[in-house]
Amino acid sequence: MLYLIEQCLNGIQLGMLLFLLAAGLTLIFGIMDLVNLAHGSLYMIGAYFAATFAAVTGSFVLGAILALLATLVVGMALEVIAIRRLYGRDHLDHVLGTFGLLLFFNELVRLIWGPGGLTLPLPSQMLTAVQVLPGVFYPLFRVVIILATLAVALLLYVLVMRTRVGMLIRAGASNREMVGALGVNIKLLYTLVFGLGAALAGFAGLMQAPILTVQIGMGENILILAFVVIIIGGIGSIRGAFVAAIIVGLIDTIGRAFLPDLVRHFVSYSAGSSLGPSLSSMMIYMLMAAVLVFRPEGLFPASSK
Amino acid sequence: MAQLTPRNVLVATLLVLLALLPVYCTVTGNYFLMSLFTRILILGMAAVSLNLIMGFGGMVSFGHAAYLGIGGYAVGILAKEGINSGFIQWPVAVLVSALFALGVGALSLRTRGVYFIMITLAFAQMVYYVAIGLDRYGGDDGLTIHKRSEFFNPLNLSNRTIFYYLCFALLMVTVYLVWRLVHSRFGMAIQGARSNDRRMRAIGFPTYRYKLTCFVIAGTICGLAGALLANHTSFINPSIMFWTRSGDLIVMAVLGGMGTVFGPVIGAIALLVLEEALPILIGGASQLLTGHEVQGAREYWQLILGPMLLLIVLFARGGIDGLLARPSRGVQSNG
Amino acid sequence: MADALLTVDGLTKRFGGVVASDNVRLDVTRGELHAIIGPNGAGKTTLIGQLAGEIVPDAGRIHFGGQDITALPVHGRSLMGLARTFQITSLFPHFTALDNVALAVQAHAGHSFRLWRPARAENELQEPARAALERVGLGHRANTMLGSMSHGEHRQLELGMALASKPSMLLLDEPMAGLGPDESARMVKTLRELKRELTILLIEHDMEAVFALADRITVLVYGRTIASGTPAEIRANPDVRQAYLGEQQAVTHV
Repeated sequence: MLYLIEQCLNGIQLGMLLFLLAAGLTLIFGIMDLVNLAHGSLYMIGAYFAATFAAVTGSFVLGAILALLATLVVGMALEVIAIRRLYGRDHLDHVLGTFGLLLFFNELVRLIWGPGGLTLPLPSQMLTAVQVLPGVFYPLFRVVIILATLAVALLLYVLVMRTRVGMLIRAGASNREMVGALGVNIKLLYTLVFGLGAALAGFAGLMQAPILTVQIGMGENILILAFVVIIIGGIGSIRGAFVAAIIVGLIDTIGRAFLPDLVRHFVSYSAGSSLGPSLSSMMIYMLMAAVLVFRPEGLFPASSK
Repeated sequence: MAQLTPRNVLVATLLVLLALLPVYCTVTGNYFLMSLFTRILILGMAAVSLNLIMGFGGMVSFGHAAYLGIGGYAVGILAKEGINSGFIQWPVAVLVSALFALGVGALSLRTRGVYFIMITLAFAQMVYYVAIGLDRYGGDDGLTIHKRSEFFNPLNLSNRTIFYYLCFALLMVTVYLVWRLVHSRFGMAIQGARSNDRRMRAIGFPTYRYKLTCFVIAGTICGLAGALLANHTSFINPSIMFWTRSGDLIVMAVLGGMGTVFGPVIGAIALLVLEEALPILIGGASQLLTGHEVQGAREYWQLILGPMLLLIVLFARGGIDGLLARPSRGVQSNG
Repeated sequence: MADALLTVDGLTKRFGGVVASDNVRLDVTRGELHAIIGPNGAGKTTLIGQLAGEIVPDAGRIHFGGQDITALPVHGRSLMGLARTFQITSLFPHFTALDNVALAVQAHAGHSFRLWRPARAENELQEPARAALERVGLGHRANTMLGSMSHGEHRQLELGMALASKPSMLLLDEPMAGLGPDESARMVKTLRELKRELTILLIEHDMEAVFALADRITVLVYGRTIASGTPAEIRANPDVRQAYLGEQQAVTHV
């Protein structure tokens, strides 16, 4: 039972990370109609920056803040230099162009930081566990991830629903030409949205760095999950991304935790160890396929944000 | 019928070079080159099959590499279980690929645009994870294939030259078959569906069944390419199916030119040759400039490929084909 | 009732709160040219969408040639002899005019699971296609790419494609849209010739053309049929004048 709660919390924590990625992705897709395969690269860059800055300054928090700013800058620069030339084109063009950027960033990181990957150690204060429920202890840092992401989600909500910029974002998502016709500086808006997405991705990257990984190509795996999340949630919908991210995070984590045993129980021991993890990965894709076939606009279509 | 355009001259030259390569290799003893070009022939075949659905059918599949894996694993798994006959392995490879394509296509073709891209990607990832989970067949580490597929006697695939010519023949047959397909009624239906699906239905075409058939044909051809690839490398592992490998195939098709049947072959040649040649060029250039060689130049080739891909998308969308072809007045199956 | 080729009964379609089609009743007699007119927003596009099969009605039935086609998919209706044109030209951009029309012929020439013979060499497809092009005055443009053709020629091609499928009835969605006076006159002439052999349901804004061609006219306002009859009857109908004049008044009172 304890194990189940812990795995649920892990699932939620993974869901939070996915939400950060998915939120940026869905904003960029919803507003600029751009499929961005390089989003995972920004996630990777956030982690690398954080590891480097933390090592240089000796402080995790300072490193994180610097990394966030750096990723924001890289994101906006990328938009101005390359991304904006893709607007209005075929989705295939987006896919190809950003795929090229993905390859480029992988190699650039290898050039600058070497092939080995980095580590970002947890600050010592974080190395404890807190009691989240009676009798249930959970690593403090993971709690921080969940809370920090919730805070970001709240900020996003406030930004999108209650500010003028947010209103423009919502308007842009439902009617691009109209917003442009209203004389809003669309170019700047797009750059900011892309930067925001980059910052969110970078934030996810740096938050997971101490507990997961900082290595080349780390974006590729999670990027696909993020796309799955936005398709299940509904493209352009942040609320959808939130709900879908939690669902996907839970399925993946609990699947990995319990499916091997289930398979062992019903099939065989070896099958359980090998097929178990595969099955849980597959389940997420099957869920996405099911959504695409039965409810293609997603669980929360973008008319509601 | 064929005109003497720069592009056609290039194609003819390439065909001659490809046909004569083993002769050159045997004479100079350069077997590395033959191995490289065998790989090019096989991946070219895969890219041609992808372009059938992508360039002509408008169905951008980000999961086409899955068939390379399925075909490869069919050969690998059967070999591991003691079945080395190509007469069993290859039909199985083709059949399983066809069935998988049928399943994936039936579901995916109910979607459009980026959703189609994502769902084909998802299905490929599923197969990828299945392969990782197959402990008995190597799982993550992959599966070594100790013997190449066995056929009857003159067709000894362990002989490099024979294998090369087999791949060459299969590629040529594929190109020819796809070419005939594209210009047939079926091909017209597919191209029409790409061009304006709504109109196709309005004039009376049930487009779904034609697209699905096309999708299955493409997957089947790629499955055969997968069987060839497994034989070539004597090894198969799940990473061949990872979604970025599907991206590589798409790159080949776009680089060569999606508007023609042979374009992807040009793209495969260009991509793989560049991958080998560029580091040498970079190394040579750096030698000239700095006096010593830059180590590991090969690994940084993607630093160039990445932006190059973006530039192609922005400025040379027709690929190499497009750069060479004059604006045609023509009744050509254009992209 | 004289031989009604197309009957529409109680057709209703809602989009959220908007009732685009409100219990629409309509019948088109075999051999006539029946026009549908109405101010903007009357629901003409929705009506054609339902007749063509792209939009599924919430209620009501559509009968064509005696058969209930309400549930029949788009391609099925074409195969039954009901051909449509699009208000916004919808052709195959990277093909020639001949290729475009040949596709329409091909759709009705059996299945297309023929994977070998070049389609452009098949007389079975090419000859009817050329004939259809001649019919709409585009015979000399057979090998021209669509990109090199004018808007007016595109509109003619739209019609040519519909004809190529040898339909028994045409659904024409604003065929005059965007045509200059010469081209309009030519289109009217073509339609007048076609009237003799085909049943036509014409949706148009161009009143001159409508009154010159129509045997009967139905007026659609806010999704409802408010009048149906001969051109003379419609012209004299007070409700119709209200609907159009009322709209005019609204415009001038801005």
